[in-house]
Amino acid sequence: MHSDAFDRFHHGHSALHSLDPRIKVVVTIAFIVSNALLPDGAWMAFALAWLMILIANIASGLGVGFSFRRSFIALPFALAAITVLFSIPGKAVTSFHFLMWDMVITDAGLLRFVSIVVRSWLSVQMAILLVAVTEFPKIIHALNHLRVPTILTVIISFLYRYLFVLADEVMRLLRAREARSAVVAGSNSGGSVLWRARVTGNMAGQLFLRSYERSDRVYNAMLSRGYKGELMTMHSHEYRASDWQIGSIVFIGILIAQIVGRLP
Amino acid sequence: MTEIIRVADLQFSYPDGHKALRGVSFTLCEGDKAALVGPNGAGKSTLMLQLNGILEGQGEVEIDNLRLSRDNLPVIRALVGLVFQNPDDQLFSPTVFEDVAFGPLHMGLPEGEVIQRVDAALESVRMSAYRDRLSHHLSVGEKKRIAIATVLSMRPKILVLDEPSAGLDPRARRALINLLRDLPITMLVSTHDMRLVEELLPRTIVMDEGLIAADGITKEILGNEKFLNAHGLEKP
Repeated sequence: MHSDAFDRFHHGHSALHSLDPRIKVVVTIAFIVSNALLPDGAWMAFALAWLMILIANIASGLGVGFSFRRSFIALPFALAAITVLFSIPGKAVTSFHFLMWDMVITDAGLLRFVSIVVRSWLSVQMAILLVAVTEFPKIIHALNHLRVPTILTVIISFLYRYLFVLADEVMRLLRAREARSAVVAGSNSGGSVLWRARVTGNMAGQLFLRSYERSDRVYNAMLSRGYKGELMTMHSHEYRASDWQIGSIVFIGILIAQIVGRLP
Repeated sequence: MTEIIRVADLQFSYPDGHKALRGVSFTLCEGDKAALVGPNGAGKSTLMLQLNGILEGQGEVEIDNLRLSRDNLPVIRALVGLVFQNPDDQLFSPTVFEDVAFGPLHMGLPEGEVIQRVDAALESVRMSAYRDRLSHHLSVGEKKRIAIATVLSMRPKILVLDEPSAGLDPRARRALINLLRDLPITMLVSTHDMRLVEELLPRTIVMDEGLIAADGITKEILGNEKFLNAHGLEKP
């Protein structure tokens, strides 16, 4: 019984797969920052960024539409920006009545909202691509190399390792509940909502206790192998000429997008 | 033969007052392969955690003529390779390589030697092909072998294993027994698997209620059915 639900890595031997993870992480972050810096309504620049994503998709060998298909998962988060529709002053586009308020959507608000959605949608696609072509431990190595504080990278790596173990544990708990959720013929199944909530609460508590005890055992295992409070790791990656070349090309692309986005 | 573990009148109580060890004494010589058997709650796991100072009780623990104390804990932890029952507790790094390298790296070895030790350890558990695999993708049997490699890479003088065969299917269990037989190293194995004891471990230490109930030749102890039943054990 295994839960691999969080593993987004796709095996492959493409140019993107073999690119140095540090370059991949830096390029992805630069791409996301660049999107954030583009002015509202810089459609040409957004299109250019999207073109870069398409090229990266092809280079990854996962298919042109790969990141596009998976990007919708992030769209609900863009709804957090919905207030800008109403809060930026400008010419009214349309208005409606909501409960006790009169809502007015302005043209400037609409422009800002669509730009934010496009920016986040582009950024999410690049991040999706990053984790699809880079094994997670390598992303952590890259973060180490990029001087991200060890405490953060260690937390991320433990999180990654035990997410799977925890998910398996949850699955076992759910199965155990399922297996005993029987119904006597002719009567209603389950109990009141309150009773069900209590069962769920107990399960959450169980999970917490099990994780807590596990953390104790893991710590013991670390101590047994000489852990003295400071985590030591070893990562041997070496840049190749092609890493620099691909990295430079992407940076030039980002620069062009920035210039195009700022043209009057 | 040289003494490698000497435990004298070891006592230990958990913070909740439960007395887990009530005066345990035994010695283990270099090359010994001993079983530690007894019912659940007998104090086997507690005893194992004392051997490299994870838990500290009253009494004496000497490893390779070094008395266990705060100062020489790092040395002793390199001497005693403790393999925990649940490999998911033992394998805490994302990849197999990182897990096997954890011990040597924390011993302060140079990177070249760390890599060499990792490869040798994986080779000796016949898992070289798994070097770059992710731990959560492995089967239980594979995880157990890697867990053993994670301590072998520290080149310990004693291997202490907690329930190595628990949860393994017959084939994985057989592979593990063969592996343990071939490892030329002192071993203390806590287990309920009496057939494994009979086959692999010439000496048996029986624990019950925090005390050593018997310590002797496996054949003789396993031959005494009445004694085994009295301590919640079963003849294989």
